Amino acid sequence: MAKITLSNLAHSYMDNPTRDEDYALKPVNHIWEDGAAYALLGPSGCGKSTLLNIISGLLKPSSGKVLFDENDVTNDDTAIRNIAQVFQFPVVYDTMSVKENLAFPLKNRGLNKEYIEKRVAEIAVMISLEDILNKKASGLTADVKQKISLGRGLVREDVNAILFDEPLTVIDPVMKWELRSQLKAIHQKLGHTMIYVTHDQTEALTFADKVIVMSDGEVVQIGTPTELFEKPAHTFVGYFIGSPGMNILPVEINGNIAIINDHKITLNNQYGSLTGKIELGIRPEFVTFSNDPNALPVKVNRVEDVGHYKIARANHLDHDINIILNDGDEIMDGVVFDKEKINIYADDWRVTP
Amino acid sequence: MKKTPNQKAWFMVLPVLILVSFSAIIPLMTVVNYSVQDTFGNNEFFWVGLEWFEEILHSERIHDALGRQVLFTVIILCIEVPLGIFVALHMPKKNGLWASLCLVLVALPLLIPWNVVGTIWQIFGRIDIGLLGYTLNQLGIDYNYTQNTYDAWFTIIIMDVWHWTSLVVLLSYAGLRSIPDAYYQAAKIDQASRWSIFRYIELPKMKGVLLIAILLRFMDSFMIYTEPFVVTGGGPGNATTFLSIDLVKMAIGQFDLGPAAAFSLIYFLVILLVSWVFYTVMVNMDKENGS
Repeated sequence: MAKITLSNLAHSYMDNPTRDEDYALKPVNHIWEDGAAYALLGPSGCGKSTLLNIISGLLKPSSGKVLFDENDVTNDDTAIRNIAQVFQFPVVYDTMSVKENLAFPLKNRGLNKEYIEKRVAEIAVMISLEDILNKKASGLTADVKQKISLGRGLVREDVNAILFDEPLTVIDPVMKWELRSQLKAIHQKLGHTMIYVTHDQTEALTFADKVIVMSDGEVVQIGTPTELFEKPAHTFVGYFIGSPGMNILPVEINGNIAIINDHKITLNNQYGSLTGKIELGIRPEFVTFSNDPNALPVKVNRVEDVGHYKIARANHLDHDINIILNDGDEIMDGVVFDKEKINIYADDWRVTP
Repeated sequence: MKKTPNQKAWFMVLPVLILVSFSAIIPLMTVVNYSVQDTFGNNEFFWVGLEWFEEILHSERIHDALGRQVLFTVIILCIEVPLGIFVALHMPKKNGLWASLCLVLVALPLLIPWNVVGTIWQIFGRIDIGLLGYTLNQLGIDYNYTQNTYDAWFTIIIMDVWHWTSLVVLLSYAGLRSIPDAYYQAAKIDQASRWSIFRYIELPKMKGVLLIAILLRFMDSFMIYTEPFVVTGGGPGNATTFLSIDLVKMAIGQFDLGPAAAFSLIYFLVILLVSWVFYTVMVNMDKENGS
């Protein structure tokens, strides 16, 4: 197992990238701590799979370095890096039995028979495949196949990291929960560094200790699920995480006063004078209806019942505001924000007060 | 939903029935008709039962032709299938001008009419003006496909390989292209050797199309007529007289309609039987895979 360092890593699928837009992955510096569980979160096409494939060595980066501990592996082959990877669509060797599938990576490394036998049996128990070891791999369901691909990674004792590329995409919802909790259990037991790529925020937030949010080939925030929720570093993070996402309202800032169309809100912090595009971000969870004369007047358009809570879709002039209603909350003509939870953004990036 | 039986629906299949009757059933029945009768001219026929079938089944001439036919088919399958897979594995994998160019080049022989292919090789192999025949003789190799049995076989086999390997290449290539990248990436991570990748990923994924390729090549080569006829005319002697060539000789050359008809039917049944075995194997394999 190893600490993985990305240093000034960037990648473009073009031969001669010149502009910023040519890069599928913009320069990133990051250290993946040994034994931690990470999630790479972002919409489709944001560069997360590119980053993953660079770490596993399936793709050579255009510039920058990848270090495993202190060794530069940028130009090393996948096989040398000792990485396990589980893909979006389950990859199994159809003509082999489950057992042969699990033994395959060990056999290719020329290990002796008794050891392979023992190790395969051990892993099979861990991912509960012991009952179907002698079945042919081709006829199995997607979730079992996905377990086999995970197992092929786990059988190698020396794996540096296990990478997951949206592994639950083709799995039934019920099996998703089960597989995910099994993954967590394996992580706690074996302590491998795990990097999990997904575009599903629930998956990312429940799986990982730290989430890396990407947008347009750029890492916009790295943080714990709580940090992402309470202090999104970029309006994209605010909007992408949470359902519904953060309310973003254009404002003017004057010291500790935010002005939305002549309506003044006093903030807890001083921001001085900011330039550029200034916005105020507040999560729907921290907006409450109020009859206070100082409340921001809103017009409620509709209320959606999503089961365990309700969402009010409202607007203040032409700005949309979503409000999460708790049981017993009444709809009124104004809203107030929880001042602790207000974030201010200049040109999309969060301003630290 | 309640279904009402309506026997009139049978009339809906009538057009197909008529079409198939004229295209297959009636011509086939004519052949059956000839195969059980004999004639001394004047359009007078009389019943002979299964006599012609017996004669054909015991005819040494047919046995020899069948032997040559089987040998030919086995040889070309043994060359074309591995060669086709080999070429397909080395075709460019990315879409682009180069890949398109390769595909066109590979597909070219398939677009040439049979008798033109025959003519091309007939001239190509001639010792007086043919590039191949003349060059070989100048190099001191005594090559002459009109007189030497082995040279005739060599020419016909090379011609068939040249003409039809492309079919195996195209089908295998299509099979290879349908394999998702993730398989190759997983194999890399598992440190699979080139041979393992072929054995455990490429070959299983190509299995379906390969069986179709083998079936098509079997049927086509088992019925081959035009090309060898144009090149060697079945000779020297009867060295390259395959079943079709022999059949045409019998039916049109000697005008032995009865035996020829019996021969056709047996020939037809053999091909049908082998194709049916292939088909059954293919369907069973699909079931086994559960897909």
